[in-house]
Amino acid sequence: MDMAKNYEKDQEKIKVRSLLKGRGEKIIEFFIKSVGILSIFPVLFILSYIIFKGIPAISWEFLTSMPKNGMREGGIYPSIIGTILLTIGTIMVAVPFGVFTGVYLVEYASDNKFRKIINLTIVNLSGIPSVVYGLFGMSLFVMSLGFGTSIVAGAFTLGIMCLPVIITATREALMSIPSDLRQASLALGATKWETTWKIVLPAAFPGILTGIILSISRAAGETAPIIFTVAAFYLPFLPQSIWDQVMALPYHLYVISTQVPNMPSNIMDGTLFVLVFITVGFNLFGAYIRYRFKKKI
Amino acid sequence: MSNCRLKIENFSFYYGDFKAIDNITMNIEKNKTTALIGPSGCGKSTFLRSINRMNDLIPDVKYEGSISLDEIDIFDKKYDIVDLRKKVGMVFQRPNPFPKSIYENIVYGPKLHGEKNKNKLMEIVESSLKAVALWNEVKDKLHSSALGLSGGQQQRLCIARAIAVKPEILLMDEPTSALDPISTLKIEELIRELEKDYTIIIVTHNMQQAARISDYTGFFYHGLLEEFDKTDLIFTKPKNKKTEDYITGKFG
Amino acid sequence: MNVRKIKDNIMKGTIVGIASFNIVIVFLIFMFILRNSLKFFNMVPASDFFFGKVWISLSHIFGLLPLLSGTLWVSVVALFISVPLSILTAVYIAEYASLKTREIFKILIETMSALPSVVLGYIGLYILSGPIKNIFRLNTGLTAFTGGILLAVMAMPTMISIADDSLRALDKSYKQASLALGANKLETVVKVLLPSAFPGIFAGIMLGFGRIVGETMTVLMVTGNSPGLRSTFLAPVRTMTATIAAEMGEVVQGSDHYYALFAIGLVLFIISFMTNTLGDYFIQKSRRAGK
Repeated sequence: MDMAKNYEKDQEKIKVRSLLKGRGEKIIEFFIKSVGILSIFPVLFILSYIIFKGIPAISWEFLTSMPKNGMREGGIYPSIIGTILLTIGTIMVAVPFGVFTGVYLVEYASDNKFRKIINLTIVNLSGIPSVVYGLFGMSLFVMSLGFGTSIVAGAFTLGIMCLPVIITATREALMSIPSDLRQASLALGATKWETTWKIVLPAAFPGILTGIILSISRAAGETAPIIFTVAAFYLPFLPQSIWDQVMALPYHLYVISTQVPNMPSNIMDGTLFVLVFITVGFNLFGAYIRYRFKKKI
Repeated sequence: MSNCRLKIENFSFYYGDFKAIDNITMNIEKNKTTALIGPSGCGKSTFLRSINRMNDLIPDVKYEGSISLDEIDIFDKKYDIVDLRKKVGMVFQRPNPFPKSIYENIVYGPKLHGEKNKNKLMEIVESSLKAVALWNEVKDKLHSSALGLSGGQQQRLCIARAIAVKPEILLMDEPTSALDPISTLKIEELIRELEKDYTIIIVTHNMQQAARISDYTGFFYHGLLEEFDKTDLIFTKPKNKKTEDYITGKFG
Repeated sequence: MNVRKIKDNIMKGTIVGIASFNIVIVFLIFMFILRNSLKFFNMVPASDFFFGKVWISLSHIFGLLPLLSGTLWVSVVALFISVPLSILTAVYIAEYASLKTREIFKILIETMSALPSVVLGYIGLYILSGPIKNIFRLNTGLTAFTGGILLAVMAMPTMISIADDSLRALDKSYKQASLALGANKLETVVKVLLPSAFPGIFAGIMLGFGRIVGETMTVLMVTGNSPGLRSTFLAPVRTMTATIAAEMGEVVQGSDHYYALFAIGLVLFIISFMTNTLGDYFIQKSRRAGK
């Protein structure tokens, strides 16, 4: 009676097989192609909306003046400055730590448990939700260390969040440098650190730069980590020191689109455009550099 | 052999449990070219890399016996590896110039070892490039990228880079196997010239090359040094049957 | 020369130290969240939190289930949309698209992944919620469904690129052997390539899922603001992430409400830890399998 079961199974298989052959193949392939192409449409739609509604809303004045009338008029200048300051701070925190960690993983670590633990740590860091980073940043930097809501607290929080990006980019860049170069340097009598610092890192720089640029894109676009650590709803003046709060573009967009009644749409569309321009712009720039770097290798 | 500075005594080398080099004893004579020949994978390159301790980079290796430079065992814990590699230079199979300018490639070594004077550095660049017959070809583009040179030129640059730190011994690991015949001949001429100032040990797959340029030849087979003698003797009156078979092309 | 050697050793120590610091950071994050969560569990019994069906923070009622269900509803919708679309799109660009089309797609996907969450939230709020309200005849367009759609858009780039990488990393011999045996292209894809690439594809889905669960601003802006157990995704919900973001601004430091938000953070941390570790495990597996 096993034979009967096997026969049925074979019949099933033949049915499935015939679905994938001949006309079935054409239909299903057409389906795949359509779905593939259609899945791009949401992005295209979103981008078109942002561009077509955003560009008319931008003007030099918009970019350089302070918000007025409950932010319903004027510009987004302080948010732009705030975002720039936060981004710089983030890079200053994330790059030294991230690059050296990458250097450790590729140049110094032996294939042992410790390296595996570090790798797992990085994987986990990259998966922590941004709002949890916000909680952490708030309890450690703002409160325990007493930084208060400030650029410093925000930069450290965002910096830790961007570590995995920099580490991964550094790691990939270093691994793509052929071992020949390291050997030539060592054979000339250089120490390992000299080899790393003078030969390997400079050669890997474009790849590392990719990571830095991608981090800029992330840091400029994240809201949740900065709500509790640095962002201000509204500040009538620019920050005077790194211990001050700032306004920032992503939070600003959130606020004006949800917390302020009667917000004119051009203000929102303009802010939206500037934010997307910076984040997507840097992201694509970073991807471009990665592409050119890979080509050279 | 009163003129030798490099003495290898009962040297064995293991990758993990695998004995790659088996009890080698050899004396390298100063200012002569010694060639190491033998079929692939017989330990020639491993042996070469032991002399400047490049094998230290590989995990799970061990060795027995000694290699002495000027009566001092290079594996002694007190021996400074950086100093060893200044005395023993290396040229690799594939040209590997740094992705920097020609000038920077050559001054890299001297700068590391403390030379700061710009004039002295320029002298070193000029003399090194002249020694490898590259000076006239590149003297007008010293600051252009080394990667813009042809394969043969790059390898000569690597040799110039190695001699810029004024080593006493120059190790060459199949330096022409990646090059075209004309570049190969140029480099062979170069080696004959360099011999006057340096002690050269060259690993080569090319028996004719060994016959052309070396004074002494060692035949390696499965990690053993089957025979070591003056080159013309090895190629005309080999004492070991295996040597004879290899030279006459019966295997390899 | 001695100086050089000393410098070499100092730098080695520094580098190892910095690398180890990453472990300290993760540890710190976990400790801070845990410590504050424990303070909460001292004030409110854990079972009330984990099994509580009502969340009204103003009345000091802290039940996790409505928030968990909000996150789950949004995730289910998002996965339902993103997983099939991502796999099909990955198959398309890996196996069927011309080189030029593939390049264009990769750029657009890269762009998609760069969009900040607040931007997607804005789009959802001003463009998507109106039509959804009308089409489904609801009281409001701010629902788990709306959030799910946007989160699918957010997660797809991750899923597509990892799936695409997995398909392209497969040994060419699989495809060639299958075609040589008489299978057509589609059969090869369905019966040979996709199953072989499964670990990688699954990893991509896991990581995308991690992003979906952890997403804050988009859901804050478009899923309504209404914690409660719902029987359909066409209703306003509150996710765990949105709760933290929305309520942290109005808590009294040191109050039970304050620590309650950390307890939610703990749950999020653990979920993301699990999905990420699982995702990474499958990526490692796919790397070994592809050889």
